[in-house]
Amino acid sequence: MTLPTKAVLQQLEQIQKQASEELEKVNDSKELQLWKARYLGRKSKLTRILRSLATLPLEERRKAGVRGNEVKNILESSLAEREKILEEARIASSLEYKKLDVTLPGQPLSVGRLHPITQTLDEVCDIFKGMGFQVVEGPDVEWDYYNFEALNIPQEHPARDMFATLWVDVEVGGGKARLLRTHTSPAQIRVMEEKQPPIRVIVPGRCYRYEATDATHESMFYQVEGLAIDKNITMADLKGTLFEFCRCLFGEERKVRFRCDYFPFVEPGAEVAIECLACHGAGCRVCGYTGWVEILGAGMVHPDVLRRGDIDPEVYSGFAFGMGVERMPMLRYGIDDIRLFYGNDLRFLKQF
Amino acid sequence: MKISLKWLDEYIDLKLAPQELAERLTMAGIEVKAVNIMGGWENMVVGEVLAVNPHPNADRLKLATVSLSGQQLTVVCGAPNIAVGQKVPFAHVGAQLIDGHTGEVVRLESAKIRGILSEGMVCSEKELGISESHEGIMVLPSEAPIGMPLSEYLGDTIFDLEVTPNRPDCLCVIGIAREVAALTGQEVRLPKSDYEEEEQSIDALVSVNIASPDLCPRYCASLITGVTISSSPVWLQRRLKSYGMRPINNVVDITNYVMLEHGQPLHAFDYHKLKGQKIIVRRAEKGEVMTTLDEVERALDEDVLVIADEEKPVAIAGIMGGLESEVTDETTAILLESANFTRATIRRGARRFQLNSEASLRFEKGLSRELPLVALKRATRLFQELANGKVVKGVVDAYPGRPEPEGILVSAEEVKRLAGLEAGIDEIVRVLTSLGFECSQNVIASEAKQSPQISVTAPYWRSDISCAADLVEEVVRIIGYDKIPTTMLSATLPEQEPSPRLKLRERIRKIMVGLGFQEVLTYSLTSLEKLQKLSLIPLTPPLEKGDLEGFEPLKVANPMTKEQEYLRPNLRAGLLATLANNQKVESGSIRLFEIGKVFLPRGNELPQEKEMLCALLSGAKSDLSWRGEKGELDFFDAKGVAESLLRGLRIAAEFKPGSDQNLSPAESAEIITDGDRIGVLGILHPRVAQAFELSGTVCLIEIDLERLLTRSIGEKKYTPIYRFPAVSRDIALVVDEQTSYRQVESIIRSFPLVTEVTLFDLYTGEQIPQGKKSFAIRIVYQSPEHTLTDDEVNEIQQKMLDRLNQGLGASLRS
Repeated sequence: MTLPTKAVLQQLEQIQKQASEELEKVNDSKELQLWKARYLGRKSKLTRILRSLATLPLEERRKAGVRGNEVKNILESSLAEREKILEEARIASSLEYKKLDVTLPGQPLSVGRLHPITQTLDEVCDIFKGMGFQVVEGPDVEWDYYNFEALNIPQEHPARDMFATLWVDVEVGGGKARLLRTHTSPAQIRVMEEKQPPIRVIVPGRCYRYEATDATHESMFYQVEGLAIDKNITMADLKGTLFEFCRCLFGEERKVRFRCDYFPFVEPGAEVAIECLACHGAGCRVCGYTGWVEILGAGMVHPDVLRRGDIDPEVYSGFAFGMGVERMPMLRYGIDDIRLFYGNDLRFLKQF
Repeated sequence: MKISLKWLDEYIDLKLAPQELAERLTMAGIEVKAVNIMGGWENMVVGEVLAVNPHPNADRLKLATVSLSGQQLTVVCGAPNIAVGQKVPFAHVGAQLIDGHTGEVVRLESAKIRGILSEGMVCSEKELGISESHEGIMVLPSEAPIGMPLSEYLGDTIFDLEVTPNRPDCLCVIGIAREVAALTGQEVRLPKSDYEEEEQSIDALVSVNIASPDLCPRYCASLITGVTISSSPVWLQRRLKSYGMRPINNVVDITNYVMLEHGQPLHAFDYHKLKGQKIIVRRAEKGEVMTTLDEVERALDEDVLVIADEEKPVAIAGIMGGLESEVTDETTAILLESANFTRATIRRGARRFQLNSEASLRFEKGLSRELPLVALKRATRLFQELANGKVVKGVVDAYPGRPEPEGILVSAEEVKRLAGLEAGIDEIVRVLTSLGFECSQNVIASEAKQSPQISVTAPYWRSDISCAADLVEEVVRIIGYDKIPTTMLSATLPEQEPSPRLKLRERIRKIMVGLGFQEVLTYSLTSLEKLQKLSLIPLTPPLEKGDLEGFEPLKVANPMTKEQEYLRPNLRAGLLATLANNQKVESGSIRLFEIGKVFLPRGNELPQEKEMLCALLSGAKSDLSWRGEKGELDFFDAKGVAESLLRGLRIAAEFKPGSDQNLSPAESAEIITDGDRIGVLGILHPRVAQAFELSGTVCLIEIDLERLLTRSIGEKKYTPIYRFPAVSRDIALVVDEQTSYRQVESIIRSFPLVTEVTLFDLYTGEQIPQGKKSFAIRIVYQSPEHTLTDDEVNEIQQKMLDRLNQGLGASLRS
């Protein structure tokens, strides 16, 4: 059946009008799909009309075709518009519906932390790594030779009193007694036995003392040893290195003191103290009313020690330093009892 | 060591304020730990006791009339020692005092005591805050000027010094005076040590024989006759008291005084009690005994150096005199000893007899061999001055091996090379000379060295100088460490070597922290009690099954406490104890880990120090939440942690049923990599949990870092990401209850194109036959070359099911 052009046009008019009216009433996507099938689907009136145009004479066909496609375009764009409106409305209503009490706690996940001493060690090591020092380690159980004899502290040397020692062996002579290292300095000799200059290492590690524990003394503690050996290394380099370290760790404003001190394995020897963080140098219990807190011992490696490491003291020179680690977080965080560190109370550890 | 600035001022005019002096000394190596100012006594003066009368109303009280300048006041006094003619500290009404009974500061008021008005007070040392002495009033030296304000007369500043062990020469007033002189460019005024001698020569009266010159390099003695034993003058007593020494009599006090002044310990023998007029310095013989001054009988042997007369020991050299030769009130002739003993001898002796004295403390540091004669002469003079002694002519000086003083070469170049400090040769000479060093006039210009060298000889009192570096320190510390420039290292940067161990440790730490574990650090030393809680049978080292029997951890010979007696052979004991402590205060879930060394004995060698990881989980799966409980911890929580850790380290591992005796036999596993057991994990054995008083389920993971080390450093290699889509298939397999998941998985994984295998359900129950279980498994197939077709996947999967059926009797769940 062929409809006259006029009738076709009329029908198109009607489809457009009816479709538009119905579309206005569509309120969800399901209805919208039905509407789409009804007016733009393969079996819709409009499709049928557009298909049947082929039977019209050419002139008529063009006229009706143009109009037919116009209607199709209008309906398609109306559909897109409606789709958009409905989607907007859907999002808006879903957001309204899903409003949460954001003050409810989230899913608890446990948080891990490093021990404050590990954190401090990392910080100290990082500063020295930045200055070209390499981290090496040594054993906790040492020979008397490395801990004492090779460091100019033979049997009966008065400096042995500076180190209350925990022994594994007693009454074994010739440096062959085993002990718990009292400082990280034995690593100086061990490193020299392994390497030739230039040497630039730091040695973190546990140390032990025969000592009753109280708020400021522990039988176990950490030290970081430093050793740099090369031609032309001077005490000025030592001072510069340690001042830079203090600046990094304690800040620009912190006053630092570099004074003469004695350790048998260095000559000249030195001690570095920083202005007390608790009283800012005014004097208080923390600093023993001196305004200064000693943080490390240092000096130029003693020529005898260099010789024991098979390094010629006429050609090479070097510096060494050793610092206690616990004191640093104690000063910085105002911790008044060293025993807290290895007591491992989570209420303490979680603060760092 | 304490030092009185008033005393110091006798040898050097102190021009610096005490605080500044303290700072200079500290910078130069002699740390002043505290500056205590004695004084500030307002309304107090020196008074003289004119009369002492009984109190009319009280037997124990007296009325003392005290003369002050132009004034006489009467006070009520209860002190037993008050006497006419004494110079005393007198407090006017209004003075601030320390109450002798309560120790509190009080203001002195005028008061009637038993009806008599007291117009002030004569004070004890305690009331002045000088010492704890409150038995009687303080008696001042007779030359104290009446009416002088007490602060002016008695005031002093006391330095508390920390003298380093290399500087025994600074353990005396003159030593400090020398330091001050060098720092300020002044001269030391040495005290007088000359005296008049009698006709008779000492040689005929005393002979000294050093039989053990290796232990006693020098022995000097003088002989003083006609001495009167009495108490020493008040000024001398006060000096000793200010050092915490108790005055005894003029003889003993003089020897102590000279020790404090010169640093040389001396000993006085009653000459007439020495048999045969002989002094022999020798090792004791086994079986010899001697009673020392403290009235203790001491058994001696050849390890002990003694001073003996012809018959027997009369003193333990440098440590304590014998009771028999002690100076008493009847003594009239004194043999005065001033000797040098080697530091090791005295150190051993003091430790053996547990006698640490001011004398042994000095000898132990190694005193100068030249000091004995100097100190002897000074003390001998004081005997003449203060004990009316007559000095026999000459001294005995046994000094078998006098060493030649050796010059040490030093140059400005050496100072620069070590200290980084520019100092001219003239300045170096000036500084060293100010410290008493002798610098050679002739500057040696050696050929090898460009800068001229000088030859330097240390003064006799310095026993600590042996090389050029020592001289450099002397120069720099006097010029000032604050004058050393600050430079950064400019030398060659050494080659950096890789340190896989540190890297591995750091990675594990990061992963464990990321998994929510708190790091702890426990003591390396532990107790037998704690270790035994781990087992009923012998102590187990971790992971070394072979060592199980008769294993004994390394023991400390001199432990401080039973708690810290053994070097830990594992981390478990310490970590479990830490967990127990925390369970008492923390109710939620606890996750702890430690990475640390364990110590495994190797005979007489140093122990093996093995690095381990140990981690514990306890409490609920997760913290209490409104989102609902996740239930109790179980084995698979621990396994998940271990798997995540190993995945993070890119280490492939498999898990086999475990046999660690600290873990539940049903719920524990061994972690295996390449056939090697690298660790264990599981639920803690109930008996162990009980021993440590732990509550709830506790999971333990332990990994041997040494074994990981060789595996974690493999090179990383990139494999291309497959571009073609993956196909995933879910199957439900019914297998025998005994079949392990690993058996199923390894068959599935053996097929090509299988890229992922995930178990997502495990079922036993009504819907499948008894004795069977069902695994629901998702298998992902992917080809690097093309998009897989359904047919391809079906074919593989069919073969897979056939193999599962043949191998394990598995069937698809219908």
